[in-house]
Amino acid sequence: MDGFYTSHWIVTTLLALPVLGSALVFLVPETRARVVALIVSLLELGLAIPLFWTVSPTATCRVPGILGPLAWGPKVVPLANCTAIPWLPDWGIFYRVGLDGLSLVLVLLAVGLLPLMVLGSWTYIQRRQRTFYAMLLLLTTGVIGVFVAFDLFLFYVFWEMMLIPMYFLIGIWGGERRIYAAVKFFLYTTFGSLLMLVAILVLVHRTWRATGVLSFHYFDLLHTPLTLEQQLWLFAAFALAFAIKVPIVPFHTWLPAAHWQAPTAGSVVLAGVLLKMGVYGLLRFALPYFPDAATHPVVVMVLLGLGVVGVIYGAWVAAVQEDAKRLVAYTSVAHLGYAVVGLFALTTESVQGAVVLMLAHGLSTPMLFFLLGMLYERRHTYRIADYGGLATSLPLWSTALVVAALASVGLPMLNNFVGEFLVLLGAAQARFLYAVLAGTGVILSAVYMLWLVQRAFYGPAPDAVRHHVTDMNGREWALVMPLIVMMVWMGVGPQSFLPPISQQSRQTLEIVLEKPAAQKSAQEVAHAR
Amino acid sequence: MVAGTAEAVSASWVAAIVLLPLVGFLLNGAAAIGTGQRARRGEAPDFRHWTYRLPSWVGPGVVAAAFVLAVLQAVRYARADLHGPVILRYFAWMPVGELRVDAAALIDPLSLLMTLVVTGVGALIHVFSIGYMGHDPGYPRYMAYLNLFVFFMLVLVLGASFPVLFVGWEGVGLCSYLLIGFWFTEKANADAGRKAFVVNRIGDVGFLVGMALLFAHLGTLDFVEVAQRAPQIFAVGAPAITAIALFLFLGATGKSAQIPLYVWLPDAMAGPTPVSALIHAATMVTAGVYMIARNATLYTLAPAASLVVALVGALTAFFAATIGTKQWDIKRVLAYSTVSQLGFMVAAVGMGAYVAGMFHLTTHAFFKAALFLGSGAVIHAMHEALHAVHRHEDAQDMRNMGGLRRAMPVTVAVMLVATLAIAGIPPFAGFFSKDEIVGAAWLGAHGELPLSRGELFGVPGRVWLGFIWGTLSLASLLTAFYMGRLLLYTFFGRNRLGLEPHLHEVGPSMRWPLAVLGGLSVVGGLLNVEPEVPVVGWFRALAIGGPAALHHWLAPVFAPAQALTAPVPEAHPTAVPVVLAVAIGIVGLALAFGLLRPDGLRPAAEAPEERGLARVLYRTWFVDEIYDALVVRPVVALARLGDRLIDNRLIDGLVDGSARFAQGLGLLVGRLQSGQVNTYAFVLTAGALLVLVGMALGFLQG
Repeated sequence: MDGFYTSHWIVTTLLALPVLGSALVFLVPETRARVVALIVSLLELGLAIPLFWTVSPTATCRVPGILGPLAWGPKVVPLANCTAIPWLPDWGIFYRVGLDGLSLVLVLLAVGLLPLMVLGSWTYIQRRQRTFYAMLLLLTTGVIGVFVAFDLFLFYVFWEMMLIPMYFLIGIWGGERRIYAAVKFFLYTTFGSLLMLVAILVLVHRTWRATGVLSFHYFDLLHTPLTLEQQLWLFAAFALAFAIKVPIVPFHTWLPAAHWQAPTAGSVVLAGVLLKMGVYGLLRFALPYFPDAATHPVVVMVLLGLGVVGVIYGAWVAAVQEDAKRLVAYTSVAHLGYAVVGLFALTTESVQGAVVLMLAHGLSTPMLFFLLGMLYERRHTYRIADYGGLATSLPLWSTALVVAALASVGLPMLNNFVGEFLVLLGAAQARFLYAVLAGTGVILSAVYMLWLVQRAFYGPAPDAVRHHVTDMNGREWALVMPLIVMMVWMGVGPQSFLPPISQQSRQTLEIVLEKPAAQKSAQEVAHAR
Repeated sequence: MVAGTAEAVSASWVAAIVLLPLVGFLLNGAAAIGTGQRARRGEAPDFRHWTYRLPSWVGPGVVAAAFVLAVLQAVRYARADLHGPVILRYFAWMPVGELRVDAAALIDPLSLLMTLVVTGVGALIHVFSIGYMGHDPGYPRYMAYLNLFVFFMLVLVLGASFPVLFVGWEGVGLCSYLLIGFWFTEKANADAGRKAFVVNRIGDVGFLVGMALLFAHLGTLDFVEVAQRAPQIFAVGAPAITAIALFLFLGATGKSAQIPLYVWLPDAMAGPTPVSALIHAATMVTAGVYMIARNATLYTLAPAASLVVALVGALTAFFAATIGTKQWDIKRVLAYSTVSQLGFMVAAVGMGAYVAGMFHLTTHAFFKAALFLGSGAVIHAMHEALHAVHRHEDAQDMRNMGGLRRAMPVTVAVMLVATLAIAGIPPFAGFFSKDEIVGAAWLGAHGELPLSRGELFGVPGRVWLGFIWGTLSLASLLTAFYMGRLLLYTFFGRNRLGLEPHLHEVGPSMRWPLAVLGGLSVVGGLLNVEPEVPVVGWFRALAIGGPAALHHWLAPVFAPAQALTAPVPEAHPTAVPVVLAVAIGIVGLALAFGLLRPDGLRPAAEAPEERGLARVLYRTWFVDEIYDALVVRPVVALARLGDRLIDNRLIDGLVDGSARFAQGLGLLVGRLQSGQVNTYAFVLTAGALLVLVGMALGFLQG
């Protein structure tokens, strides 16, 4: 199959396989569904891994020319594995997928978490197993689609597509208040994405008017001439949709509710992948499409401000949570606040730091949720006050939790540190005050995480717990070990992850900083670079 | 790498020095997992099982091996007559934009000195731990943490750049946290560990910000390049360099327990006593001093910041010493003593007396480790004695002690020697090193230090240095006093609980390391005998490695920094400060032995409550209470407010309100999830399949 890894077929396969799998799980008995899901997910992962070596960060790709009423010639885009297959060609809507460094790492993250999510649900999910795994697989297709689509219509389809399985994951397999949480998740996200849809249509319309080309192609829309005012409006619509996903304070309250109620796999995919779609969207669309808006001083001030508020407020509120999952949810708000600061500080180091942080968060937070899920299966509670004495009764589990907690507080040689460090380093060059304020998150993260660890571990173990609770089993190790390995790898050898990311963030920064550079004073530019 | 250094510095040796303790951690960690599983099943620990025997060999073994390699490396380095830094690059760690951070080691006299102290004192304390901790159920875990600590400490001192140093910096903090909370079933211990971590993190923010500022201005974070570029970029006293120096110093106040962040260290005594000796006295807490010495160039460029450093150090030295005079817990006395002695070191590096600071760091590692291990021996003996008579008194409270000298001759001898050392009595170790620090302040007050020409808040540097001299002298007086008090109450008089028949000297694995450290407390000062200083010069014939050996060894490290300062009038060391310092030490000890009556004390359980100033000192000036009221409680209250008011009322109020507004949608959604989910999932899957089929058809057409 020469050419499989150089054509769009690998990407298309990655999209199709989970859908196929979700149909397959209905063909086997209820209790076998998880086996099918595991096989499909491992196959998916096995297929995706070689991409890490085959996708070159500097790859370019010839999009084939299009025949028909809106004919245009082939063009070269900075992507690998791209294609353009007519879908609704009269509307300029094509099946356009492709990979660049940013897409690649996020796809790998999503695909890598999938088998772990199946393992994490192995015994956790008892009801309607077939439907559950079908939803999980469909969700994965939606998520991968969001990261590989380079047609805005296709992007929007995938964006909406992942919403529905997620809604059901929370709504059916969630905790006591699952309906409330699911509806809240649904409303928040729909609200944002509808705005985004309108903005996409306006943008396409403007491009059509300006160039005579009706196209939803990502690269066709990239240099649309827009007035500052238009940019600001469109940016606001895009940014709001993504801000809800990130989530940026004050659009975050759906997240604690969703995490609180979601089953383990739901929380994992939510924290591990779904939140990344917000940062991804900002970096992929909002920044390069509307560079004047994204560098407008007021916009930058507001977003940096909200990022810092997220870091501090998220950590602060996390510290007083009484439910372990809500606590971890708020830590996501804090960590992704860092990423927002990194993005809008607009320096090479900080933007790359934001992406690294996003990936890192995609490992350590899922690990926390997995561990809490394991604990829930043993103690049937997420209330921190009900824990205690676990260090004696579950020593292996406790060791794993310490590792995850330390990663989460940004200890060097573990995954989060590199991202946080780069964000701080980059942000301090351009926006010193914001960097210092965001830096205080370093203290607060230690406060909430160690407090959680202490309440969970310390103190004597109740006898009942000691005798009736088993430590981690082989399956649970199999799902925790890959995460630990990846976390250490990201912390010690981040240079393996940096090249794919750096090319893409540099391109984005070039687009964003090119235009307003002329209007800025020399010193500001020096700072910004 | 400098040409011809290949034979002088071996990359694989240095790697082995750092990695050996890590290997030890992994082996002991495996043993710890084994014992953890047994404990979980409720089985009593079997101390003859391999999981308990392995750590006794591996733990001290790897550190001792690292020490031997470090000695060999230092000898090779010295033989090659190579004074410059040698950089060993292992792999690229964070290459982003302009930033290039490598996993690289920096070998120079300063890092070699620190490596020797860390592995040497570390090995002794590991050996001591065999006896002290060998019968704790968590012994393998303890050795694993201790090895891990040595690994991170070596990363800290050998790292060639700020980020690598920071790896060690955070890593030792982690081990400190884990070891303070080692006996985690007690909430107080867990609290103390958490406090240490969080307070250190406050300093770390400063350190991170300092690093970021440094990178913004210099475009590099490598120590060697920073030292080269900083003088070209910054004028002396420029605001940027002052800010950088102060931010970095904030990090040092955390790690090295200076005002205002010292509060974690006394609580850190909740950990096992050898941990207090190794981490919270000899090595980790000196990291801040090391960091400042490592960046002597930066601090020389920022005289105002240096004065702040020196002042904070001197005030900490005095403040902590006042508290030390009224503590009853033997380890808390030593804890405050450590804070105070760290103040001396910080004051030294602040004054630009870098060699003096590093010298005191080294001798302090000897005598404070001796004191802590000695106190460990005392506590161990007290525990056993109390156990023998089935009493549950506090084994660490000095009011319960007394009369231990007869039963514990080795311990009392070592502690006596170490006390004389810390009090600055010649010819013991602390005399030479402390004298250099106090002497520097004296010279500075007379305008003979470069910093004398500095200025802070409009007050000239020499006035500040005079003030620092006075403060340090008072601190010395209090030091001699509280140490005399400790000796007197612990070892003299009769035992206040009547435990005499049950008190015994500790076993050989604890006795020998104690004796070695005691010996080092006697001769350690001879590493740096400055022959031209009056009184000190008398001992020049005894000097180890020739007169002022340490000075010559470290001189190349600090030469670039010294070259930045304009020459000062030649220093004229007089006998006055030396004689004064010795007199102060003697007076302090004499006051303790003259005024305090050990037999008048009552055991802790019957002791009356302290009143007046004694109470204020006993309660450590109420600093913890003040921090609690000013920082901790408002932070928690605000967090609750945020959670309940903003998130749950304000934002969710709006959201839920609008949700109710869209009741139709809610009804629809409600019906969708109310039952036929299987059907719905089928429809969804079918729809997605249809889309894919449509796409596939599209492929065929296109």
